[in-house]
Amino acid sequence: MTQTLSPDVKIADPALNGPKKKKTKKGPSERALAVGTPLFLLLVWELLVHAGAIDARFFPAPSAIFIRMADLMSSGVLWMHIWASLQRLFFGFWLGLVPALLLGVMMGLSRPIRAALQPLISGTYPIPKSALLPLILLIFGLGEMSKVVMVAIGVFYPVVLNTVTGVAQVSPIYYDVAKNYGANKWKVFRTVAIPGAMPSIMTGIELGAGLGLILIAIAEMMGAQEGLGFMIWNAWQLFSVETMYVGIFIIAVIGYALALLLAEVGRLLMPWNRRS
Amino acid sequence: MMATNAERGLVLPGATESRERDNEVKISVDHLSKQFDVKGRSVTALDDINITIDKGQFFMIVGPSGCGKTTLLRILAGLEKPSSGSFSIKEPDGSRPENSMVFQGDSIFPWMTVWDNAAYGLTMRNAPKSEIKDTVGHYLDKTGLTAFADAYPHQLSGGMRQRVSIARAFSNDPDVLFMDEPFSALDEQNKTLLHEELLKIWDETRKTVLFITHSVDEAVTLGDRIMIMTSQPGRVKAFVDVPFERPRDVLELRQRPEYGEVVYDIWQQLKQEVNTSAEIAKERAAAKVR
Ligand SMILES: Nc1ncnc2c1ncn2[C@@H]1O[C@H](COP(=O)(O)OP(=O)(O)OP(=O)(O)O)[C@@H](O)[C@H]1O
Ligand SMILES: [Mg+2]
Repeated sequence: MTQTLSPDVKIADPALNGPKKKKTKKGPSERALAVGTPLFLLLVWELLVHAGAIDARFFPAPSAIFIRMADLMSSGVLWMHIWASLQRLFFGFWLGLVPALLLGVMMGLSRPIRAALQPLISGTYPIPKSALLPLILLIFGLGEMSKVVMVAIGVFYPVVLNTVTGVAQVSPIYYDVAKNYGANKWKVFRTVAIPGAMPSIMTGIELGAGLGLILIAIAEMMGAQEGLGFMIWNAWQLFSVETMYVGIFIIAVIGYALALLLAEVGRLLMPWNRRS
Repeated sequence: MMATNAERGLVLPGATESRERDNEVKISVDHLSKQFDVKGRSVTALDDINITIDKGQFFMIVGPSGCGKTTLLRILAGLEKPSSGSFSIKEPDGSRPENSMVFQGDSIFPWMTVWDNAAYGLTMRNAPKSEIKDTVGHYLDKTGLTAFADAYPHQLSGGMRQRVSIARAFSNDPDVLFMDEPFSALDEQNKTLLHEELLKIWDETRKTVLFITHSVDEAVTLGDRIMIMTSQPGRVKAFVDVPFERPRDVLELRQRPEYGEVVYDIWQQLKQEVNTSAEIAKERAAAKVR
């Protein structure tokens, strides 16, 4: 008799049938609002400038900013700055992420390690990272390394703290299961600690990436010859206000793209997560 | 006609176990006690437990909530240490794992699919892929989960999650099975079907099973031997040998008059304990108010 036991098979989730669809589907009106509002504000801004109601020296017309952006792009200058910043972000991200993850998981799993390191990390966390810049410049010099380290510091703290919390919050029953089913240390790590803490870790990474972006802009304002931070700072010195706006706008775009990318990575890494 | 306790195989804890043993002993628990420290106060969960379980026996544990059933299983599974006393479990023949537990409540990994959850034990000990495929496929089929192999736990009902946990334990093919109220979240039909399935699997494999339940019916239907525990602190109140032959037909068995008598007998013993347990709870609540 090969009878199956559940005559009451019920499909608990429509996502089970057929290909996955985006669950967070926004209505057309919501999307229109999301796109429409900024466009509307830009239009108002443009009109106000032309009407002379606001000072074009501080708030140049959006059209002027976009023309400047097109110029900077076609001359290749903008791409150079973007590329420099992205490279530093990339290397700094990994330099901060890897030790933060390792340390975070070890602290989460072992009470003695947590006891030894938690006060140190929690205690240094509130220091404004930008205040460290002169010190970092002193230690690592004016070259690439100082900028990469600044990003790494920004990424490190949120990731390590969220990883510790995430790992420590995994329900003990799952560790019991792992032990009962013969998982060794490494497998406990891989099958319980990491996936259990993953939502918290991803939150840490999102925060860290944002902080990294802030810090790279600041770091590039001091002693750099390229990068978006340098571009903005240099534009201030030349009183080229449009270029400043272009820099700010590009940083905003990078931040937004980064958030989207990380959300997508989160969905890929955590297909079980309801949130996604 | 009322049968005497002896005829029904009721053995009181004071009495020595005079049953003939043609079987070898698989698990023996010797003067085992467990205290927990709760806010500096010591709470006795288990008090002087003595048990002998034969190899291949289907051993049931019933008792009021909080009497230490889960604690006993956790100690035997090596997840908790006894405060005093000892126990021994005979090494398995061959290479199969010593024990697998169906944990009380939700214990399947939310981050794994049904399939990966059921395959967990085999994966952890690096079983060959083909073996994993066959075994896991077999038990997912038996538990009615084949259609949900790729689903994640949050997409399942509570009863389905419980069945994943059962499939995980069976797929691991352990020497001893610990089952902590594995069917508590199931409806009657599914429960009866799983009873039949479990008995069939057990008839094939003759594993030693320790099975905790609140249901006297379940205990009598499945078990060879039932241990009734007292409410806090958990002690052995009585052993009841279930006189029914194997293999059993679940529905037919429940028709028999002897079945009703055994169930009635166990109920009588449990009733006192449940009452005491309720009184203890009431006293505690009163003490808290004060
Ligand atoms: N980790 C722990 N720390 C402190 N006390 C505990 C712990 N685990 C269990 N206890 C206590 O031990 C006693 C027995 O608990 P246990 O979980 O074994 O009961 P149970 O018989 O399985 O109950 P139920 O039928 O409700 O599952 C209870 O009083 C409980 O509060
Ligand atoms: Mg229990």
